[in-house]
Amino acid sequence: MIRLLGALLLALPLFATLPASADEKFITVASTTSTKNSGLFDHILPAFTKHSGIGVRVVAVGTGKAIRLARNGDADVLFVHHKPSEQKFVADGLGVARFDVMYNDFVIIGPKADPADVRGMNTARATLKKIAAARRPFASRGDDSGTNKKELSLWQAAGVDAKGASGSWYRETGSGMGATLNIASGMDAYALTDRATWLKFKNKGDLAILVEGDPLLFNQYGIILVSKTRHPHVKSALGQTFIDWVTGPKGQALIAAYKIKGKQAFFTNAAAGGS
Amino acid sequence: MKAANDLAEAGVQAADRADTILPLAVKDVAYVIDGKRLIDGIDLTFAAGPRTIVLGPNGAGKSLLLRLCHGLLQPSSGRVTWQGPSAGEARQRQAMVFQKPVLLRRSARANVDYALKLKKVAREDRRRITEDVLARTGLAAVAETPARLLSGGEQQKLALARAWALQPEMLFLDEPTAHLDPAATAAVEAIVGDMRAQGTRIVMTTHDLGQAQRMADEVAFLHKGRLMETTQADQFFDHPQSGEAAAFLRGELRW
Amino acid sequence: METFSTAMTMAVGLLAGFDADLMEIIGLSLRVSLSAVLMAALIGLPLGAALALYRFPGRGLVMVGLDALMGLPPVVVGLVVYLVLSRSGPFGVMGLLFTPTAMIMAQTLLVIPIVAALTRQVVEDLWAEYSEQLRSLGAGPGRALPAMLWDARFTLTTAVLAGFGRASAEVGAVMIVGGNIDHVTRVMTTTIALETSKGDLALALALGLVLIALSLSVNGAAHALRRHAARGFA
Repeated sequence: MIRLLGALLLALPLFATLPASADEKFITVASTTSTKNSGLFDHILPAFTKHSGIGVRVVAVGTGKAIRLARNGDADVLFVHHKPSEQKFVADGLGVARFDVMYNDFVIIGPKADPADVRGMNTARATLKKIAAARRPFASRGDDSGTNKKELSLWQAAGVDAKGASGSWYRETGSGMGATLNIASGMDAYALTDRATWLKFKNKGDLAILVEGDPLLFNQYGIILVSKTRHPHVKSALGQTFIDWVTGPKGQALIAAYKIKGKQAFFTNAAAGGS
Repeated sequence: MKAANDLAEAGVQAADRADTILPLAVKDVAYVIDGKRLIDGIDLTFAAGPRTIVLGPNGAGKSLLLRLCHGLLQPSSGRVTWQGPSAGEARQRQAMVFQKPVLLRRSARANVDYALKLKKVAREDRRRITEDVLARTGLAAVAETPARLLSGGEQQKLALARAWALQPEMLFLDEPTAHLDPAATAAVEAIVGDMRAQGTRIVMTTHDLGQAQRMADEVAFLHKGRLMETTQADQFFDHPQSGEAAAFLRGELRW
Repeated sequence: METFSTAMTMAVGLLAGFDADLMEIIGLSLRVSLSAVLMAALIGLPLGAALALYRFPGRGLVMVGLDALMGLPPVVVGLVVYLVLSRSGPFGVMGLLFTPTAMIMAQTLLVIPIVAALTRQVVEDLWAEYSEQLRSLGAGPGRALPAMLWDARFTLTTAVLAGFGRASAEVGAVMIVGGNIDHVTRVMTTTIALETSKGDLALALALGLVLIALSLSVNGAAHALRRHAARGFA
């Protein structure tokens, strides 16, 4: 009897390796942790699957990693938020075309006590300059993500060599947005984050939004179909269906309707053609 | 009943077979490790028939000699030669029982069965033979008991039963009763006697003089790795040829 | 500190309520780790035993290497398997990336060294005890191998359980090769990582407690099985 049970116990795992049924249609979307952590996908994807019968498998990593996944052909669609990188992806022949989808903004968060005294400042550049001058801890993602690239461009605009201070007041976590915010919360540091992730974040600790509204903090999301040329196995038809839906009236309406704590999280701006 | 007769007949005929591997000839065998000559210049013949007791103080090389004869070790020089057309598979016609019985973590019956399986004996025969040897060694009642739960004496009897099942022409025993109480010792000696009666050639080491006297037909006396003498038992105990043997018998030999 | 008490309450609630999502995640975690351990045992047990029983040039190096591999970082294994299974990699055509199969492969690689190294030690000690008698019976290393493994079965169970511990606790490998995809490749450890990154520390901790409870169950069951089977044999 015991032997039978033991044999059953051993047989169970074999079912894990059964392949997915051939009927299952799905696409793999490489996206970012910020988008994932905002909860947007949980909101819009079920509707898409219901409408089209196509499952969407989101692999959420930093923008840099997402682009690498797409380049290797491990994803069918790329959905990130760093326009220069996205345009380069298409220019290199790796993507078919790029489309705007939605935007929101970045905000600079920091300890409520605000030792660097930047609350309410108008520009990100001046804010960062002041934080650097005060040598207050700043948590950076340091992971080649869209958010990180935006952050680095802001430091450059501010004329500060943040990376040079890496290890002292400038702390590069090499992690996703959530992990970086946990660290910022743990060390009462300043950080740059997208608004949606921040609104949803549950470990804010002593931190709050201190600076917002600078046009430079604009955060645009784009979607690209991975090119079949290099990777013939890419599910182009299914992927295009997804892109059409996301940039079409149904998808856009759903995105615009997504609220976090009663506030709209993303503003849609898909145009007719690619950019 | 049939099984018992099988075993008896097999045993008695063992030495008479045309393809017997006896006598075992040990010629000028030496064993050297790290430059130390643990055994040197051994010349010995084990013909069919007598029970040989290899006697000597601790460290004399008795266990080593047995292992060299059985083939567990290779001599550094000299030859260990079996006879007859089956000499090549001599190992299969021998068995060895060690001072501490080595039994697998299974039942007593399964231990005997394992040895027979190694010899590729058919299942029906394995069952028959196993039942037979377990009965002969008085272990039938504990056949299903995990071997490691048996007492020291029972374990050694099991080791003997296992060896017996193989119907060996030659049985080496390395101080088999060294760790046993007198009752178990007597039981083991009885079993060895039974095996001998069925034709198995016995070569046994011991440092127990009483046991040697009880069991020996001939005595091979070793001292410091050298064979001092090979003598008929009764003569050995009354008038050993070598001074070392005499000292040993008087209990005076240092090692 | 209130995070801890909140977490405990949550953990009990989650388990008692049989939350559907959680059950799915637990199911996948068990399937992946148990499969990996089974395969690792099928490979590692004979491998370890063979290493113990046979002599060959370079054996010492292999032993040291195998022992060192027990400390293989999961994230490195994940990376290697990703590179192999990526569409741009040698086995990309199989389309195994981001599937439970890839996760099982990665964890199997992680567990094999543990099982093999521990088996090697156990069988080596056992062979020291048995070799003379077994050789006398006509069983050289080759023929004795299965008997050695069976004889060491109780100690080897512990080695296999150590492997299970390693597999069920790691997050680095399954995160990279699985992608933590909802309803597809999300397991306990990646879920904990996700909830942590969302800042929901209480939930993450609660899930951690659930994972520990899971591990306790598996080990408890194995222990009971072993106790029952070992009556008198150990």
